[in-house]
Amino acid sequence: MRQARYDAVVIGGGAAGMAAAIELNRRGHSVAILEREETLGGILMQCIHNGFGLIEFNEELSGPEFAQRLETQVRSRGISAFLCTTVLDIREEGGTRAVYCVSPAEGVSRIEAGAVLLAMGCRERNRGNIRIPGTRPAGVYTAGLAQRLVNIEGYIPGKDVVIVGSGDIGLIMARRMTWAGCKVHAVIEILPYPSGLTRNIVQCLEDFGIPLYLSHLVTDIVGEDRVEGVEVTPIEQGALMHDKAFRILCDTVLLSVGLVPENELSRAAGIDINPATNGPVVDSMLMTSMPGVFACGNVLHVHDLVDYVVEEARRAGAAASEWLAGYRPEAEIRVKAGANIRYVLPGRLNPARENRLYMRPLIVRNDCRLELKVDGKVVRSIRKAHVQPSEMLSMVVTQADLAQAGRDSVVEIALA
Amino acid sequence: MSERGVADELKSSPDVRRMICITCPLGCHLEVSVHDDTFLVSGNRCQRGEAYAREEVLNPRRTVTATCAAVLPDGRHPGPSDGIPRRVPVRTSQPFPRERIQELLDLLHTMEIQLPVKSGDMVVENALGTGIDVICTRSLDASGR
Ligand SMILES: Cc1cc2nc3c(=O)[nH]c(=O)nc-3n(C[C@H](O)[C@H](O)[C@H](O)COP(=O)(O)OP(=O)(O)OC[C@H]3O[C@@H](n4cnc5c(N)ncnc54)[C@H](O)[C@@H]3O)c2cc1C
Ligand code: SF4
Repeated sequence: MRQARYDAVVIGGGAAGMAAAIELNRRGHSVAILEREETLGGILMQCIHNGFGLIEFNEELSGPEFAQRLETQVRSRGISAFLCTTVLDIREEGGTRAVYCVSPAEGVSRIEAGAVLLAMGCRERNRGNIRIPGTRPAGVYTAGLAQRLVNIEGYIPGKDVVIVGSGDIGLIMARRMTWAGCKVHAVIEILPYPSGLTRNIVQCLEDFGIPLYLSHLVTDIVGEDRVEGVEVTPIEQGALMHDKAFRILCDTVLLSVGLVPENELSRAAGIDINPATNGPVVDSMLMTSMPGVFACGNVLHVHDLVDYVVEEARRAGAAASEWLAGYRPEAEIRVKAGANIRYVLPGRLNPARENRLYMRPLIVRNDCRLELKVDGKVVRSIRKAHVQPSEMLSMVVTQADLAQAGRDSVVEIALA
Repeated sequence: MSERGVADELKSSPDVRRMICITCPLGCHLEVSVHDDTFLVSGNRCQRGEAYAREEVLNPRRTVTATCAAVLPDGRHPGPSDGIPRRVPVRTSQPFPRERIQELLDLLHTMEIQLPVKSGDMVVENALGTGIDVICTRSLDASGR
């Protein structure tokens, strides 16, 4: 078995993994990226649409272009990137961390690492996860798989399409399929509001007159060998209106019903998972419950903007570097999700540092305030013109904000 | 529609026009109103929102992204089991007039891109005479990696 040792090992070579590795290298550490695919870039490689990099590069790039910017830095810095390499196991062994991986070139390798960074991204929820009844004909795909088929492998999965769920991948695919010559008949969303970014509703549906059915559920997928249609039922006051159900004929159903952080590896390693995010529980340094193991990007929580992924990954890289140099926070204060907030991440603040928090709202609202409260007192308040669950919010919490907070204080973030 | 015409139309409608800026993913909710033939835009977080509102009323444009077929140096198209991309992603260098997008797509779908190719390489110069180029957005070497 091949053996190696690095200051830090990054699992996953998407945007998060590359950004974390660059930061660690910049701070003088030896780093290796382990990536199971044949290329770096992760999900960005199939996202050929534009809309990436506005915050990071002040330019609007497509996914592959954004990935290339990061890859160029990875290469020019001489960071080791092992491709076609799948990580199977992370263990604590003899006071350090060991990562076991497998590749066609090397077989099984054991790589010791001072710090490990989890950057495995996320995966799509599928038909089984949302339990759509009906037969099991061909023609049902997750939207991300369809995206890969169309954009990289050059296959059109069908001609007449219905998209289930209004997540960003589904919206992007509505435009992509239309531009590829297919007819997209409808997008069906169970919630009363769309779950993708507003700009995608505008430029991927409204531009093409594709109807978006909010508060509607796909109650049946019809067809023997191939999909022949879907049955759609409106929801009113929480109840299915079966007498108002209707059918849409189609040969293809794309599911865009959410993403789940890819944490099989983390769970197997015994790392605590937060049920609100499906990602690891992390402290103010983005360190998981396993000492020396950090997490960033979509494996930590699902992000809508790659720019935030990169920002978070850079902080994880910086934190891992400080941790390797022996830094440990003296004290941490818990922060919890208050009114109208689904989760706050990380769940702990370092009162001696500036902290960056990310949170997801539970509500759609205009003109509201994002508030930081310490023992019921508002210490910071940011005006928000518009919030919705599909758009992540972010806040900086400074030392001064936490000056009055003690170990037992209740610190929370709320939308008012 | 002339700028004057739009202005008149907006003036005659009692409510301001609401739209969402799609220039960047922040998606600001804009309110556009016209006073004395000048556009008044509010709700924008940056200057580009104002420009967007103006454009969206007068001359809507979108960045177009698509793919073209990849061709290996020996003239072969990569096969399904070659494990390399069969399509090369491309985009317009700037937002493209919305009403001519289909025409552009029809052109791009007939095109083939010879490997190797570099991100940023020109695919179509001055597409359909608009002054806007189509460029490639992914680098692939001669073996398609
Ligand atoms: C369809 C879609 C559209 C999007 N559109 C936009 C947009 O318009 N604008 C924007 O800013 N953002 C957009 N995003 C969001 C953004 O692109 C992603 O959030 C970001 O790229 C995720 O980066 P990541 O590194 O966390 O994950 P990924 O890119 O998923 O990378 C994870 C990597 O880890 C590897 N991996 C996983 N497990 C293992 C293992 N066991 N061993 C080795 N390797 C492993 C995977 O192969 C993968 O390469 C979009 C996302 C999607 C899915
Ligand atoms: S106004 Fe500026 S910040 Fe807001 S969506 Fe438009 S470009 Fe983005």
